[in-house]
Amino acid sequence: MSRSAREDILARIRRAVDGAPEVDIPRRYRATAEVGDLVGLFAERVGDYRAIVHVVPEAEVPARIAEIVAGRRMVVPEGLPAGWTPPDTSGAGPADPYTADGVVTGCAVAIAETGTIVLDTGPGQGSRAQTLVPDYHLCVVRADQIVAGVPEAVSRLDPARPLTWISGPSATSDIELNRVEGVHGPRTLEVLIATA
Amino acid sequence: MSATFLGMPGNFPKNSARAVQNSQLRYNLRKATHTIRGKRASVVGELPDWQELRAAGKAIKDETLRHLDRYLLQLEAAVTAAGGHVHWARDAAEANRIVAGLVKATGEREVVKVKSMATQEIGLNEALAAEGITAYETDLAELIVQLGDDFPSHILVPAIHRNRAEIREIFLDRMADAPPGLTDEPAALAEAARVHLRERFLRSKVAVSGANFMIAETGTLVVLESEGNGRMCLTLPETLISVVGIEKVLPTWRDLEVFLQLLPRSSTGERMNPYTSTWTGSAEGQDFHLVLLDNGRTDVLADEVGRQALRCIRCSACLNVCPVYERAGGHAYGSVYPGPIGAILTPQLRGMGSELDASLPYASSLCGACYDVCPVAIDIPEVLVDLRAKAPHGAAERAGMRVAGWVLNDQARLAAAQRAASRLRGLVPRRLPGPLSAWTDTRDLPDIPEESFRDWWEREG
Amino acid sequence: MRVALFITCVNDTLFPGTGKAVVSLLRRLGCEVDFPAAQTCCGQMHVNTGYREEGVRLARHFTEVFAGYDAVVAPSGSCAAMVREQYPKLVKPGSRGAAAVAAVAPKVYELTEFLLDVLKVEDVGAYFPHRVTYHPTCHSLRGLRLGDRPARLLRNVRGLDLVPLPGAEECCGFGGTFAVKNPAVSSAMGADKVRGVLDTGAEVLCAADNSCLMHIGGMLGRQRTGVRVMHLAEILASTEEVKAS
Ligand code: SF4
Repeated sequence: MSRSAREDILARIRRAVDGAPEVDIPRRYRATAEVGDLVGLFAERVGDYRAIVHVVPEAEVPARIAEIVAGRRMVVPEGLPAGWTPPDTSGAGPADPYTADGVVTGCAVAIAETGTIVLDTGPGQGSRAQTLVPDYHLCVVRADQIVAGVPEAVSRLDPARPLTWISGPSATSDIELNRVEGVHGPRTLEVLIATA
Repeated sequence: MSATFLGMPGNFPKNSARAVQNSQLRYNLRKATHTIRGKRASVVGELPDWQELRAAGKAIKDETLRHLDRYLLQLEAAVTAAGGHVHWARDAAEANRIVAGLVKATGEREVVKVKSMATQEIGLNEALAAEGITAYETDLAELIVQLGDDFPSHILVPAIHRNRAEIREIFLDRMADAPPGLTDEPAALAEAARVHLRERFLRSKVAVSGANFMIAETGTLVVLESEGNGRMCLTLPETLISVVGIEKVLPTWRDLEVFLQLLPRSSTGERMNPYTSTWTGSAEGQDFHLVLLDNGRTDVLADEVGRQALRCIRCSACLNVCPVYERAGGHAYGSVYPGPIGAILTPQLRGMGSELDASLPYASSLCGACYDVCPVAIDIPEVLVDLRAKAPHGAAERAGMRVAGWVLNDQARLAAAQRAASRLRGLVPRRLPGPLSAWTDTRDLPDIPEESFRDWWEREG
Repeated sequence: MRVALFITCVNDTLFPGTGKAVVSLLRRLGCEVDFPAAQTCCGQMHVNTGYREEGVRLARHFTEVFAGYDAVVAPSGSCAAMVREQYPKLVKPGSRGAAAVAAVAPKVYELTEFLLDVLKVEDVGAYFPHRVTYHPTCHSLRGLRLGDRPARLLRNVRGLDLVPLPGAEECCGFGGTFAVKNPAVSSAMGADKVRGVLDTGAEVLCAADNSCLMHIGGMLGRQRTGVRVMHLAEILASTEEVKAS
């Protein structure tokens, strides 16, 4: 059944486009955006989504993480740099996402123009469930991971990995088209931008 | 199309006349569409290369359609290589059968769903119900629609016709676990939905989704969303079934650099939507099935003018700027695809056999606002006019148009008609009878002049 | 300069005053105006209502009548857009009459285009001491992309107080046969346009299309608002010596 549906559909397509003109794809859009201050623009754009943003020197990241998540039981994904691993203040050991208060991760790439963070489940980024189920997400973005625009991000990413593009906390515009933060994904997104 | 919409009686003029009388609906729609119109305009205005992105988006889609057979085969090979399974469905019934079979094979009787136009188009929820399987919508707006036994009325914001007070009432009436003190604050309503759906997400073993894009080159599927219900459905269940129209394929991974700029800005009027998920085959060990749906699309593809409708990325920008949609509301279109895109897509997918479907190409003043905002440059007015030429015409109208054509095709006949009108000018009543009362019910007629321009010109021009 | 006037069937039959205004305006600016009497209608109503055959016949007739002119001026954005934008799609390349369309269509100008782009005048020497608002009709706005041409001309009219129209870019709801096929939505759109016009406090609403003005004016009249509608040409033709009626 399915096999013949396949042949049928393909035959119908071939008949439908028979003799149609060939197409040229003009790519005259910007391959990269001119951005003077990547960190500044990224911070501003993430902030526009009402995420909490901090810009800190790389060396101070461990202390800031410890300070920010103090008292919270955090999911610690595999491969998170040792310095970014918050001290276990609860004493209950590594948290599982279903009971944890939050998750701390790194990222694969970040986009200044759109204020977007992309996770690719690589080291220190956790599985998709780990970054979805907890209500709070602290994400560390290194300044050298920030690109100007969408085209650069797409070219840096590996489609074979499952990707999650995150632009601010979970939100809905379903009620009178007003943006409300916080539905099913983490209701709070906090971003630490680590500068060299 | 959707079983719920199929066979909807009436026609667009009648349906919309009723909607125009509903002042609450008109208020809700006006407020919502104008809000998002402004947001879209401002984020589109931020990009200096919007027109170049639009031209690329249009061309990428045209290229896809030109070689759709090749790209689908490439997609199938890539998905299969990544551990996924690909199914092909000629029509709604076949797609529904495939999905029901896949669900049953898991032994489950419940599925969670991410908002998807394709599954609405084929009436999947109803088909699954007939097989004893319950489908739960998880998008907030879809939940509002499902709980209210209602129809969606917008592509992106299916409950756009409801305001917060109405939503609160639906939740209190129909959602068993709605908190009794629920207010109509959007944040409180969203929280109630979160709690209501949370446990269902964690429990469900099977999810059904659509997809915004499929990448032929890599076999990757892409879903854009806002709330995180998409991530829940795509990530947590053991089995994921995606039902996607065959036109949703894009040739290369790189093409996303265009569409991930065009779609969010056109759709919700944001620089980027909160969440975009991409996955290839059986990501993180899931059992993944892709159902490729034709259901009339190859017919649309065969039409030289109409095929451009298949470029549509369902952003709904055309609805939000449409003055007719704003007054008529989505339900008047009697289809899961309302607004300008619905007016050209529905008659092509379903044909124009019913009174409703035959009236859709006329549901436009041809003002062109839709074409201006469409991120893939679908010339909606052009397709509307083309469909009008194919639509069935009433006998009286046909006769009238033939006479008008005859008169207008010759200067002497036109001059004679003008002189006759001038002689009768004093006799025209303020209100005309029959079909022409449609004009005089709300509008005065212009005075007929003593002489036409051509007679004046002949005399003293 | 010898130009042909394409009056359009609606203006010819119902609004001869607009035609007379165009003639006097163009003559004042030194043009020799010709009116090819064999002209009838551009075919827009037929094509846009789904009667393509009749439309094609009228299109061929149009191109025969206006062949050979340097410029064809129409006091209608809608009809000018029909000829320039829709004819080439209607009479497909290679089919009978396609060459005539290719020759004639680019020479068709809407009045304000002709004044600004061809004659290059922004001040036509008009006098019209009234408060006026301008509605950019859809086909002049999004079809021909007239942009600020009408406003530039109006701003140079002595005595004229040009006030912006709220929601100007929204369709008035006329849409040809749409007005009678979907009267409820058409009237609802018209009502909002009327509200915008009344908000301006203007005495006169003008536009580059009499068909839209017939619809908006019909509602303004039915509601006894006292606001007059006038084609842009009549304002531009008006001088201190010869005032618009
Ligand atoms: S037709 Fe264009 S504007 Fe309308 S939904 Fe489709 S892509 Fe968006």
